[in-house]
Amino acid sequence: MRFGVVVFPGSNCDQDCFWVVNRVLKQSVRYIWHQEADIRGLDCIIIPGGFSYGDYLRPGAIARFSRVMKSIVKFAKRGGLVIGICNGFQILLEVDLLPGAMLPNKNLHFICRDTYLRVENNQTPFTHLSSAGQILKMPIAHHEGNFYITIDGLKRLQDNRQIVLRYCDAYGKVDSEANPNGAIDNIAGIVSEKGNIFGLMPHPERSSEDILGSDDGLLIFQSIKQWAKTR
Amino acid sequence: MLKVEIYITLKKTVVDPQGLVIKHALESLGFANIEQVRCGKIIILHLSLRSKVKAVQQVERMCKRLLANPIIENYRFKIKK
Amino acid sequence: MTRITKEIYQSLGLSDLLYQRILEILNRQPTLTELAMLSVEWSEHCGYLCSRKWLRLLPREGRFKTLIGEDSGGIIVDGWAIIFKMESHNHPSQVEPKQGAATGIGGIIRDIFTAGARPIALLDSLRFGNLDDPYNRYLLKGVIEGIQGYGNCVGVPTVGGEIYFEEAYTGNCLVNVMCIGIAKRDELKRARASGIGNAIIYAGASTGRDGIGGCSVLASAEFAEGEEKRPTVQIGDPFMEKCLIEATLEAIATGFVVGIKDMGAAGLTCSTSEMASSGGVGITIDLKYVPRREEDMQPWELMMSESQERMILCVKKGRERDICNIYSRWGLNAVVIGHVCPDKTVKVKHNGKIVANIPASALTNPPVFDMPYREPDYIKEIKKLNLSVLPLPTDYNSTLLRILASPAIANKHWVYEQYDHMVQVNTVVRPGLGAAVLRIKDSKRAIAATTDCNSRYCFINPYRGAQIAVAEAARNLICVGAQPAAITDCLNFGNPQKPDRFWYFKSCLEGIAEACRFLGLSVVSGNVSFYNENPNGAIYPTPTIGMVGVIDDVKMINTQSFKKDGELIIILGNSREELGGSEYLKVIHRMVCGEIPDLDLSLEMRTQEAVLNMIREGLISSAHDCSEGGLAVTLAECCVSQEEFMLGAEIDRLPCICRPDALLFGESQSRFVISASEEYFARIKQIAKENNVPLYLIGRTTKVRKLKILNYIDLPLEEIYKSWYNSFVNYLR
Repeated sequence: MRFGVVVFPGSNCDQDCFWVVNRVLKQSVRYIWHQEADIRGLDCIIIPGGFSYGDYLRPGAIARFSRVMKSIVKFAKRGGLVIGICNGFQILLEVDLLPGAMLPNKNLHFICRDTYLRVENNQTPFTHLSSAGQILKMPIAHHEGNFYITIDGLKRLQDNRQIVLRYCDAYGKVDSEANPNGAIDNIAGIVSEKGNIFGLMPHPERSSEDILGSDDGLLIFQSIKQWAKTR
Repeated sequence: MLKVEIYITLKKTVVDPQGLVIKHALESLGFANIEQVRCGKIIILHLSLRSKVKAVQQVERMCKRLLANPIIENYRFKIKK
Repeated sequence: MTRITKEIYQSLGLSDLLYQRILEILNRQPTLTELAMLSVEWSEHCGYLCSRKWLRLLPREGRFKTLIGEDSGGIIVDGWAIIFKMESHNHPSQVEPKQGAATGIGGIIRDIFTAGARPIALLDSLRFGNLDDPYNRYLLKGVIEGIQGYGNCVGVPTVGGEIYFEEAYTGNCLVNVMCIGIAKRDELKRARASGIGNAIIYAGASTGRDGIGGCSVLASAEFAEGEEKRPTVQIGDPFMEKCLIEATLEAIATGFVVGIKDMGAAGLTCSTSEMASSGGVGITIDLKYVPRREEDMQPWELMMSESQERMILCVKKGRERDICNIYSRWGLNAVVIGHVCPDKTVKVKHNGKIVANIPASALTNPPVFDMPYREPDYIKEIKKLNLSVLPLPTDYNSTLLRILASPAIANKHWVYEQYDHMVQVNTVVRPGLGAAVLRIKDSKRAIAATTDCNSRYCFINPYRGAQIAVAEAARNLICVGAQPAAITDCLNFGNPQKPDRFWYFKSCLEGIAEACRFLGLSVVSGNVSFYNENPNGAIYPTPTIGMVGVIDDVKMINTQSFKKDGELIIILGNSREELGGSEYLKVIHRMVCGEIPDLDLSLEMRTQEAVLNMIREGLISSAHDCSEGGLAVTLAECCVSQEEFMLGAEIDRLPCICRPDALLFGESQSRFVISASEEYFARIKQIAKENNVPLYLIGRTTKVRKLKILNYIDLPLEEIYKSWYNSFVNYLR
């Protein structure tokens, strides 16, 4: 299958995503410059982390209007797989492909450390190789990852099983102590209603090789690869 | 030329951690009677327009499309000559 | 033409002597622009007038092949060049901590990628006054905010560093930042102009009035009131820098870039004159092409501006468009502002007139001064320490907990978790577990990096203190399994015009040179920061050492935490009754005195080699060097530094007949605490013996979550963890 990794000015996890898809997952991948409109031939689009356009105004607010995003919105609406990691998640929220918004972390600091995540829905293209309730170790690295949504919106996410990953402790307990950034309902990652668009704050590409402390994140990439194969 | 001052604040229902920290800091400096602190941002624009009506329409669109995130933020603005 | 008066040149920081030299070189009165250019190039910050004579002592060759460029240097490992440098941004940070630190990070990153290397890691060595002073807390928080704001955005991981607190830094904090980059060896670029007729291209941010005179004024005057100097502080834009990194590396890859240099201190002046001088050519530029942000800028303002995120490139004639297009694709300015010419002068045009015409070599070769130095009288006094009148602790448990909770020793996760230390997916050993380890993609090898300096030692005994800084940095690298390879040094001292300050500088430099030579380390780059003073005197002499080491096989690395219960705990090296200058004396007895620990470089080297061999053979489970806080702190850290997997230790014998406080908290050098499975003990003993290194078996790791040391210490790990892990943030409230 063929992956595309979007590059905005200020993206800084683009090369990491490329590396993991290309060298660890061993799949074909190319960069997509933010001014490109033609994304034909790609099976999965990765919107990587970083500080697109410096995160000026609000993270993701300016990236939303870039040329490539218009094509990605069309691609996603036709059912194409899109995964937004960290800043990529923030962009997906700004462009309304996913519901909700990001607030600054509750401690007002940038937080870079490992977190544990419980798989709440393993029936998505991004998590189907994991078991229900499986605990994954992946790092977070962000300043605005405090996911917010209205009560009604939250209920819709819950009812539709759109919550995919929640912050938990090493044993799977989901509580406020295990919540690093104040995200509502400990939400770390959600999918769109149809399940083909995935946004998450933790970095699977930073936890795809044992030598870096965890390869749990590879499960996400492998799920995508496997999913595409069976379609 | 018109000068526009746009104020963007978090909606009342949204927690404002920055506001809370500022409130605590002010209190620890001895300022009493602080009910609430909310923190936001100001954006100042200069428009080469004469018509206030047109300016209002344009700034409305700017706020809705880019400057404020309607899920968490409110905006209001003042237009001065 | 404006007549140059004494007032004018003195206000630019030039002495009568230097002004006379200028008149001799030019054979005429300089223009204002020329005078401004010379004043910045001949400032201590750019010109190293006082220090250059002594810097020649530093070895430029070592165990690894060394490259030394104009703005940075490095080592060669296989086909890779590992380029690194450390630089100070002390005075700007004291004035405006957030922007000061941020622009420090921006500047050091530019020094690395202008060499053609991709920046892969940052480290920062910070020093502040005591945290009970609110201004020092403000400085600390501001500096950290600046480092995280800039470093996280540009996507270069901050993987290590250190933070210390001493009263001597109140009024003059130290912010020393280090960047490491990697390139294929043949992709490196020099900061040289060459090829008559080649274009000089300006790339990056527009020029404003920020930091005008910052480099000579901010870096060369002693500090009284910081706040009034605020206007000369530069503002950094990490987003622009990130684009500049990508565009520049792309530009270099075209092969059309002949030479390249960033505009840091002294902006256009420094970059044009140094590019011309090191290339043995001349450069002519026309200021009308320089992109600017403010109106009515004078030529000298344009030449001196320290606006951030700007570079100068020398590009092959005819290829200007190719290069400018790359920058404009990244949304950056890139314009031809001049060209290379044969006559070895720097010529500046403004409004059709030549406003400066100076031999390039005159700019870059300021006079060298031979500064007088003298050992201060108080040295003999502070070396005195009468242990017989020093009371022993009544409770060793609480003594250990107090030392673990002291701001210098306590875990700094509150700081390093605010830094993105994982971006670029190379970080194998993260902060908090020893020296940082970064893998090299597509290679079995990895590199390790650390910074170190015990400035209290250097205050008491600068020669040995500086040697210890080098030795300890090397020990940190050994512990992760790296062969120490080379250093960069950031030399922070007081006013060099004062002979006692200069004696400290000279002594530290001799110490570094000697230790590096002995341990086979080259000095690839560095920076001198003088005039670090406050109204109460100079800072502690602080020769910060940034060291890089090489790991042959990234799978054979090691960390400091105990890994398995029931393993042997062994100490290598000699423990003596050495309490002078220790953390224990400072924290518990509030004393800064006594001769600092002895250092036997030969034993140091042998012990390091022994430990490295043990790690390479896969014999040991953990290694941690004994440094500040002594053996008890080392053992405590081995027990608790892996949060999710803490192990206890029972120490039932110790190899020293001396006071128990010296035994537990003394800081004898060249010591390592290692743990290993029993089956490897014979081989470990053999390696120690072959290297003639003292080895003592002192106890075992235990499942029982306690640290027990003879009859002195008996503490649950939870208590140790709490003091060590949670204390730091409490000092900031």
